[in-house]
Amino acid sequence: MVKRIAQLSRIALPDNELPQMARQLERIFSLVAEMQSVPTEGVEPMAHPLDLRQPLRPDELRQECLSREDLMASAPRAQDGLFLVPKVIE
Amino acid sequence: MELHQMGVAELSAGLRNKDFSAVELSSTLLQRLRQAQDSLNACITISEEPGLEQARAADQRRAQGDSAPLLGIPLAHKDIFCTRGQRTTCGSKMLAEFVSPYDATVVQRFQKAGMVTLGKLNMDEFAMGSSNETSFFGAVRNPWDLTRVPGGSSGGSAAALAARLLPAATGTDTGGSIRQPAAFCGVTGLKPTYGRVSRYGMIAFASSLDQGGPMARSAADCALLMDVMAGHDPLDSTSHPQAAGRFSAALGRSVKGLRIGVPEEFFGEGLDPEVAQAVQEAIQWYVREGAEIRPVHLPNNVHAVSTYYVLAPAEASSNLSRFDGIRYSHRSGSAVDLQDLYLLSRYEGFGPEVRRRILVGSYVLSAGYYDAYYRKAQQLRALIREDFRRAFAEVDVIMGPTTPTPAFALGAKSADPVAMYLADIYTIAVNLAGIPALSLPCGFSKAGLPIGLQIMGNYFADELILGLGDAYQRDSDWHQQEPGWEEQ
Repeated sequence: MVKRIAQLSRIALPDNELPQMARQLERIFSLVAEMQSVPTEGVEPMAHPLDLRQPLRPDELRQECLSREDLMASAPRAQDGLFLVPKVIE
Repeated sequence: MELHQMGVAELSAGLRNKDFSAVELSSTLLQRLRQAQDSLNACITISEEPGLEQARAADQRRAQGDSAPLLGIPLAHKDIFCTRGQRTTCGSKMLAEFVSPYDATVVQRFQKAGMVTLGKLNMDEFAMGSSNETSFFGAVRNPWDLTRVPGGSSGGSAAALAARLLPAATGTDTGGSIRQPAAFCGVTGLKPTYGRVSRYGMIAFASSLDQGGPMARSAADCALLMDVMAGHDPLDSTSHPQAAGRFSAALGRSVKGLRIGVPEEFFGEGLDPEVAQAVQEAIQWYVREGAEIRPVHLPNNVHAVSTYYVLAPAEASSNLSRFDGIRYSHRSGSAVDLQDLYLLSRYEGFGPEVRRRILVGSYVLSAGYYDAYYRKAQQLRALIREDFRRAFAEVDVIMGPTTPTPAFALGAKSADPVAMYLADIYTIAVNLAGIPALSLPCGFSKAGLPIGLQIMGNYFADELILGLGDAYQRDSDWHQQEPGWEEQ
């Protein structure tokens, strides 16, 4: 189970760390289990504190824009303005 | 009074009267920041040259007649706020080398106001923690007792303020991360109404809960910072159109006729008796000044911690999926294919607490569990907000302790995540509802540790609660006490 969630989370949890993670997740889920005892039928789920509508801006060209060089400056590996990744196609 | 002991308002007057220059002020504080680093570890980055450069520019602006109130006053940012050309780590190995190509809106606003950025402050990794022990850059220590935690996640900010290294700092508060360290270190911090301070360039943890805010040594100084910090930002889709306010202008109010709600749920089991007493005495001060107390009930506060530890990890697992090892974060050197690159970079880049929360979040959002956890927690969140709605129909503010105990020892709770989570029992509901709350010093334990009073207000009552904090501080000196960390 923990292995599957780690995989879903794209985190390579080594096998020797699985038991401790399982114990801690169990602790956390036994803490939150108390929620189930609260009757919430018909309660509208709340996603957000402010009942704001998603604001939209006019679809127009903007002049100011960060340069490609600036945006890529923190890339761990890049070449010719492209991000480098391991080979994905043989 | 020496330069490092002065607050924002005093420094502003001193700079205006030309008692000292911004360069003199910044040099003094830079030296203190450097000297304190070994004992407190409050900073991740100290900005020596860029800081002095900004101070020189502030002196120049003043020479040309500029009299902006915060011109030349130093501050440092929690290292969650992106700063252009200077690394922003979020307390994580994942971003240890990250240099943002742009400034957070908050950083920009303070710069425009002429404030001088002297560094980036230590914090729990990705703001996940209540003790500052999850930082990749090492724990911060509490200036009141170097064997104790400063609180978290804005622990570097709180420790630096308490130790008189800085007059002002920024923090962020997702479940108590401004208020809890403020209480533990004896400083003042405001978690504003959700939507008043821009989240643009503030690295996201749980977007529906995260809110940046000011930290300083007094409510009046926090108000001066809020004057600049708050405001609508088109770059943040959750920024409120009426976010701006005149916070410092609202100070100096009378307490007469104020209705204070005191929830019994905040004074039950688990509350340290010394904390209870100090907080009750502070509430009595308001009563003597003409306020009246009304009992209120927040029956669902007992579910706040569990609700939070479903919703916050869910949002975090989604927000932190952007750290892929490719565009701007730690990249594993041992990956052979793309899948491996994601898996290993994320394992190596994230610390144990962050990994744990991402896993919890992935689980509660996964098919088959969504309704039982995520949807259920969202319903409880609605009930918690409803509690506050009912209470604020009867009272103007709600008062109680910020934390159940004073600062705990380093290592005391780090082995058990749940024990750590319960330290936030009085602060979390405020974030779930989105209302503002202030923590300010109201006494000390027998062991000499600061205790925090929490004042919660209704939506957009930020001005009111700052004014009430300021009224108390005009008649008390808890916030002026200085820790003896230099002798420890």
